[in-house]
Amino acid sequence: MEDLIAGAAMLARLDVIIALLVGSIGGVIIGAIPGVGPAVAIAILLPATFSLDPIVGLTMLLGIYGSSMYGGAIPAVLINTPGTAVNALTSYDGYPMTQRGEAHRAVSLAYSASFWGGMFGIFCLILLSPVLALIAPMFGSREIFLAALLGIILVVLAHRGQIMAAGMLAMFGIFLQTIGLDAVTYTQRYTFEMSFLTSGINLIVVVLGLFALSQAFFLLTAPDESPEAKPVQGKMTAGIKELMKHKRVATVASGLGVILGMIPGTGEFTAQFMSYTYAQKTSKNPELFGKGSPEGLIASEAANNAVPAAAMIPLLALGIPGEALTAMMLSVFYVHNVIPGPQLFQNNLDLVYGLYIALILLNIIVMVFLLFSTNMLTKIIRIPTRFLGVMILILSFVGVYSLRNSLTDVMLSAGFGVLGLILKRLNLPIVPIILGMVLGGIMEVKLRSALPRLKTPMDMIDRPIAFILFVMILLVIALHIRTLIKEYRTHQPDEDHNLHDTQMR
Amino acid sequence: MSRVKNLQVLFKRYRRPGDIVFAWVLLAVSLFLLSQIFDQTAYKSGKKLFAQPRFWPAVSLSLMTGFAAFHLLGSLLSERIEGRWREVWLWVSSLEYAGWFIGYAMLVPLTGYLPTTIAFAVLLVLRAGYRSRAALLSAVASAFVIVLLFKTFLQVKLPAGKIYDALPDGLRQIMLNYF
Repeated sequence: MEDLIAGAAMLARLDVIIALLVGSIGGVIIGAIPGVGPAVAIAILLPATFSLDPIVGLTMLLGIYGSSMYGGAIPAVLINTPGTAVNALTSYDGYPMTQRGEAHRAVSLAYSASFWGGMFGIFCLILLSPVLALIAPMFGSREIFLAALLGIILVVLAHRGQIMAAGMLAMFGIFLQTIGLDAVTYTQRYTFEMSFLTSGINLIVVVLGLFALSQAFFLLTAPDESPEAKPVQGKMTAGIKELMKHKRVATVASGLGVILGMIPGTGEFTAQFMSYTYAQKTSKNPELFGKGSPEGLIASEAANNAVPAAAMIPLLALGIPGEALTAMMLSVFYVHNVIPGPQLFQNNLDLVYGLYIALILLNIIVMVFLLFSTNMLTKIIRIPTRFLGVMILILSFVGVYSLRNSLTDVMLSAGFGVLGLILKRLNLPIVPIILGMVLGGIMEVKLRSALPRLKTPMDMIDRPIAFILFVMILLVIALHIRTLIKEYRTHQPDEDHNLHDTQMR
Repeated sequence: MSRVKNLQVLFKRYRRPGDIVFAWVLLAVSLFLLSQIFDQTAYKSGKKLFAQPRFWPAVSLSLMTGFAAFHLLGSLLSERIEGRWREVWLWVSSLEYAGWFIGYAMLVPLTGYLPTTIAFAVLLVLRAGYRSRAALLSAVASAFVIVLLFKTFLQVKLPAGKIYDALPDGLRQIMLNYF
């Protein structure tokens, strides 16, 4: 209780409140503009937050992360273009509703379901905290190594139909973090006698290149577009009443969002698909799905909004990010010498509670903001895409150059920008590179520190959590092989879909 | 024959034109990096295998090469999609914008953050094909707001332009500190 009060006190500062407002409202706007997503915004703002207090910087980034999906639902429903990656399924039912003249109903339902999912996720997080505080100290070096390894495997396997590419890019990420002077043996690794490579390749430079610059190049090399969304008439609170009729779907979808959000590498997409399938299977009107079913819309929005809170669990408790956005946030912790992991729950529980309360507040702020500003957002959607590209380029400069005023960083990030553009054009995932870099670094450090206590390889898994993680790794691989064999036998593999290309904004 | 077809089906995935070019390039890069493993990493005698500085580059590059080879196999077994070289040309043409970006970064320490950002925004908006007065004014306004937000208010660490030295005393100090 003391920590909870201390956490609330942490937020009772003007700079934190401003950061929360800027983050949550900015996040909604960013989410609503197709072509810019939370990843671009967080990548650009990351270096600027380094000079702020950890709670201020984290609140702002968390605000963007948690609120962008609310905004993303608007273009998904109104113009059939998901504002952020995770609103893809929202457009399946949201847009047909708009075509039927029910845009207002769809938008207000999407907000209500998002709010339900968001709050459900946070309450789960709060309820789980005591359990986490109990379990987290049981994670030593070998457990964190195994959890990071599981994360890498899941990230690769989650990209169904693109596993070879995802594996290749994840390994590239792991390789990238090895470049430079080895911190233990002081030997050079892949520096090719170039002095700028001795200090290694900075994660922020890669993130800015792959997410922000690549998006600018993508927009600037594609034909100009200016999406047109019509204003919405009616009270936005109507969706709350309708949501109450579908509490079961909303709760199960949020639950799936929480569970899958906690598992590194799976996240919003899997949660959405599972919730959507569940909602369809248990619906009285399954034929309406894809043609404007309110239940489908609720399942999709409740599931994806429950994920951000849940994704904080592996990040805060173990220091393991499950996807690109939490990987970026990890660097904010590191810069301020607050190392997420088991110790955070013992030494900085007030910060953890502060973040939980910030999450609750941001959901309320966003909901209130959206009730009054949906029509303003429909105007913002109309920004022409190439103009947006120019602005992203200018903003990216601040991000890259303010890091250490290095022209080499600018050139490197431009190079990664071109690589990101190629990956986006080819419908290949970017996230494995980032997670490879972050999780690869964690794996190397943790394996090294675990070594002195290992006499035989079996010692690696002689503790309960380590053994469970090891079994999970085997299980995940076995299940994947089983699926492959099944597909091979039926001669009908899942056709890959186009959804991944929205995963990178 | 049917086995080949099944393998094709197994590796088939949603592809875009140019995939095979990327697959070849990535395989070549992986092989090159792997071939440098003995030159570019050290082996410390007396240390355990897992603690060797060579261990993680070797593991990651070997697996990357393996995955790249299978990725290429997948591309080779899939149907060819028209427009491969047109797509590659688009990748190459993005280098122009990378050049703009690097040029902008090179100029800021000389010509100052505010003037360079406004000039860059206007020129790039023109390059992107906009000609209307509204677009140009929006570019200037947006550039100004970005400078105001990051440099003036957030005091983000960016170098002051050399050009500001030529300004009169009072104005010079303001420009050096805030723009």
